[in-house]
Amino acid sequence: MEKGKGVMGSGRRWAVDFSDNSTAPSSRDIPDPPGFSRASMDQDDSAVSRQKKDAEANWKAQKAWEVAQAPFKNLLMMGFMMWMAGSTVHLFSIGITFSALWQPISALQGVGKVFEPYKDNKVDLLGPKLLFIALNLGGLALGVWKLNTLGLLPTHASDWVSSLPPAQEVEYSGGVIPL
Amino acid sequence: MAIAMAIRSFLFLLLLFFSSLNPILSLYEDQVGLMDWHQQFIGKVKQAVFHTQKTGRKRVVVSTEENVIASLDLRHGEIFWRHVLATNDVIDGIDIAIGKYVITLSSGGSILRAWNLPDGQMVWESSLQGPKHSKSLLLVLTNLKVDKDNVVIVFTNGRLHAVSSIDGEVLWKKDFEAESLDVQQVIQPPGSDLVYVVGFAASSQFEMYQINARNGELLKHESAAFSGGFLGEVSLVSSETLVALDSTGSILLTISSHNGKISFQQTPISNLVGDSLGPAVITPSSVTGIFSLKVNAITIFIRVIGEGKLEVLEKTNLKTAVSDALSISEGKQAFALIQHAGSEIHLTVKPADDWDGNLLKESIKMDRQRGLVHKVFINNYIRTDRSYGFRVLIVMEDHSLLLLQQGEIVWSREDGLASIIDVTTSELPVEKDGVSVAKVEHNLFEWLKGHMLKLKGTLMLASPEDMAAIQSMRLKSSEKSKMTRDHNGFRKLLIVLTRAGKLFALHTGDGRIVWSHLLQSLHKPQACQHLIGLNLYQWQVPHHHAMDENPSVLVVGRCGPSLDAPGVLSFVDTYTGKELSSLSLAHSVAQVIPLPYTDSTEQRLHLLIDADQHAHLYPKTPEAIGIFQREFSNIYWYSVEDDNGIIKGYALKSKCTSEVADEFCFDSRELWSVVFPSESEKIIATVTRKLNEVVHTQAKVIADQDVMYKYLSRNLLFVATAAPKASGEIGSVTPEESWLVAYLIDTVTGRILHRVTHHGSQGPVHAVFSENWVVYHYFNLRAHRYEMSVIEIYDQSRADDKDVWKLVLGKHNLTSPISSYSRPEVITKSQSYFFTHSLKSIAVTSTAKGITSKQLLIGTIGDQVLALDKRFLDPRRSVNPTQAEKEEGIIPLTDSLPIIPQSYVTHALRVEGLQGIVTVPAKLESTTLVFAHGVDLFFTQLAPSRTYDSLTEDFSYALLLITIVALVAAIFVTWILSERKELQEKWR
Repeated sequence: MEKGKGVMGSGRRWAVDFSDNSTAPSSRDIPDPPGFSRASMDQDDSAVSRQKKDAEANWKAQKAWEVAQAPFKNLLMMGFMMWMAGSTVHLFSIGITFSALWQPISALQGVGKVFEPYKDNKVDLLGPKLLFIALNLGGLALGVWKLNTLGLLPTHASDWVSSLPPAQEVEYSGGVIPL
Repeated sequence: MAIAMAIRSFLFLLLLFFSSLNPILSLYEDQVGLMDWHQQFIGKVKQAVFHTQKTGRKRVVVSTEENVIASLDLRHGEIFWRHVLATNDVIDGIDIAIGKYVITLSSGGSILRAWNLPDGQMVWESSLQGPKHSKSLLLVLTNLKVDKDNVVIVFTNGRLHAVSSIDGEVLWKKDFEAESLDVQQVIQPPGSDLVYVVGFAASSQFEMYQINARNGELLKHESAAFSGGFLGEVSLVSSETLVALDSTGSILLTISSHNGKISFQQTPISNLVGDSLGPAVITPSSVTGIFSLKVNAITIFIRVIGEGKLEVLEKTNLKTAVSDALSISEGKQAFALIQHAGSEIHLTVKPADDWDGNLLKESIKMDRQRGLVHKVFINNYIRTDRSYGFRVLIVMEDHSLLLLQQGEIVWSREDGLASIIDVTTSELPVEKDGVSVAKVEHNLFEWLKGHMLKLKGTLMLASPEDMAAIQSMRLKSSEKSKMTRDHNGFRKLLIVLTRAGKLFALHTGDGRIVWSHLLQSLHKPQACQHLIGLNLYQWQVPHHHAMDENPSVLVVGRCGPSLDAPGVLSFVDTYTGKELSSLSLAHSVAQVIPLPYTDSTEQRLHLLIDADQHAHLYPKTPEAIGIFQREFSNIYWYSVEDDNGIIKGYALKSKCTSEVADEFCFDSRELWSVVFPSESEKIIATVTRKLNEVVHTQAKVIADQDVMYKYLSRNLLFVATAAPKASGEIGSVTPEESWLVAYLIDTVTGRILHRVTHHGSQGPVHAVFSENWVVYHYFNLRAHRYEMSVIEIYDQSRADDKDVWKLVLGKHNLTSPISSYSRPEVITKSQSYFFTHSLKSIAVTSTAKGITSKQLLIGTIGDQVLALDKRFLDPRRSVNPTQAEKEEGIIPLTDSLPIIPQSYVTHALRVEGLQGIVTVPAKLESTTLVFAHGVDLFFTQLAPSRTYDSLTEDFSYALLLITIVALVAAIFVTWILSERKELQEKWR
């Protein structure tokens, strides 16, 4: 729908696709230049590949730590937003508080997924994961604290007695001014 | 940082804006009559004066026992104009002068007023004073013309006045104070300008004064003594003859004055009746030559034939009512006679001079529930064939007013509803299943049509006719006047008991009378001579068990006015209005105490206390006594003796020790008494909580999540006492010698929980007690203003139950039963405010679960009902509430309570002669039904915190439906389009 809509109209007679960069030999009708071996690219030179793998593992570990630290920024952002929202219950503050609660929870649910791309035998993901979880728990705590400052947590006696029915009375006394 | 501050302050402002949208209770002009109805009445007619033929328009002017003067349309019985005088301004007489003024004498004869006949505007008012208290008599001399003026002769307070009817100026006056004269009548013989004043002096002296009506000159004074004494009234038979009874009521005296000589003729009544059956009474009437006597149940008509000779015309034991004389032609008079015979009444119009020559004889079928005819007023009109026709206005036992003409009831007015003494409510029957399909379809069509119209209205597409159609549809919605229970509980029956002893069931939807029942019906007169209806109680309210039984009410009455008179109980089915049973009690009824227990058929147990302080249990069933015995030791009662200034508390002791064994009778034992010093305090008001009031919670959450526990005892009595000197009118005492004391008394133990003195204040006190607070209204003499005070009472002994963990785990004793003997420690908070109005009545809204905030309903002196939020009467109000308190909804303290014009519940209407306001919870928690009664009736629905649990009446369902349909259609269309597009893409 997007690309080359006009060209693809009914008037098209022929077309050359220059953009084909596929490596599959079947899609190629032009032979490789002399001296170029497509196979050599795929072949593994053991030394080069180990080096490469190390670099990749390093890179993955570094990335994993970065990802693990990401909620910290979020935390700061959230804190700022919460401070802005004030301590009265209204749409804005409730929205912020609930997003502050929801974000860590959803992040915690998807811990495995977040670190999926950095999974490697050589990379130790425990540290980043723990940091990630800790930071998210911190975020959650912040959310709960906000909830409490909004007075939405049942931490006061009033929250438990406000709908207590009146106590029954043992005695009954009736009477009015004589009719 | 600055931006954050700005945003924060903006948010705060936004919040402030939302919170300032107070739920002010008001309605739009087109909403009038949707939820409310208003009915106007006049009360039992005392006197009726017909317009003379000349004035053209067919009207009748009446005065009533509710102090109303009204002009009624003779064609339909509608009110042209009406004035409700104050309760102490009792009307003594009315008449018409110079053909255009209605003259009324009121206030014990001290105020004479003239009202313009066509529009009811007051023309003049004169105040007439006199030396001593006496009977008040009004006489308009229509045939004495002085410069086109009629002279009004008023005898009042021992003085005879002649007043000009044009401007109310007193022309002359004459005192009758010197003699110990008891004036009985002022007589004007037709065609002369003399006035006779007739009366008794020293009970055995007959006095007669002849006065010139033009200048008040005393022309003649005659007197004669009669040893037997006189009883009651004299009746004028002819210009020279009067009849009276002697003091024993057994001898008829004919008094005739001939050429200045008064002569007596004695006729023993036994001669006339045959055998005398007790004292006779002369029925006042003004027919020339004829008078009637009542001896027991027998009515005798007697004609005086010159020189004191009497002739018995008719003796009848039918219930009879006679009208005054009506002059039909030169020198000829006629009068109407109504007699009861079974379910019919016989109306006869007779000429005064010929007993058997009936001018008219008609029989009219009369509803038995209207009782006897009490009064008859006759009027004539000229038919198209130039002959005379007669119409009569009759007042029935149930205070209704009917016009009879040509053998038919032309119209009737249920004026008994002007004097309601008690109100209760009843549910309507549950709707039966199985409605026909056609009806549903029709209803659906109507519903759709209605909503389309409404939608047009909201989209501003409606034409003026459409708007009118919408308005009339809203007003006449058949939904609100159905005879079945509705989901929201708006449709109910208001059961009212009137002073005439008649029960009415009014539908809350439109105020129509569903059924009526006269307690003292025609067939049982011997059981109880003067039945007085006293109170109404809900006897049986089936809701859980016994669903197939109809609800019923208990009517408590008394035979005769004295406290010791035996009581009468009547049980009336509220669906049909039929009397289920009635009991004539052997004991008297001093108090009725509905107990908080019901038996298996949902009949409520009632305790009736008689004058000897025995308690009688009803219903008299073994089951009831079983329930009662279980709770025997916990039932107490108290009595307030406001004459002696004593409040006494009693407990039940044992079975009655009388000769007749009565299982249901119990002796009482006095437990405590509170004696107010009679020299300094007099009880002026008491009030308790309503038995059926529902309270949602015992805790009140205040700012900072703190809790206060309400002291919610049903056994609390609020008593207001005032200095005996200060119990009179406002302004009769100085502030120094007047005070008002308010007490809160526990009626089980007699413990005084709270006492507060308001110095320099006086009654009348109007109070209302609800939940844990009482609000009362009184006059502050120092500030020269009315004041309202609130007392809230809290349970201090529970104040420490604030451990969250205990509450979470349920290890608290907040819901365990409490006893008054545990002497809970209480604290009270109170505050006073100025209030502009004086009150007639005060009530509080009540809802089904007690969650909705409360409003006070104030019946103002202007006969309107004002709703005032309870928040304005919160003793925790302060001048500068903290932020937390503001959030809680505490209003900054002001010295006076605001009167918001929009919060008048009665909007532009007035409930004339307002007496009481009754609130009934609807099933919908937000809504309460309000019924205000006086001479008029007013009913409306109120939502003190707005209708938060339902859509408003003007919500456009059609718009909602159309939006949904349009959305669904749009979804389908776009879905199909996208499908098609996708297909095209794939084909490419």
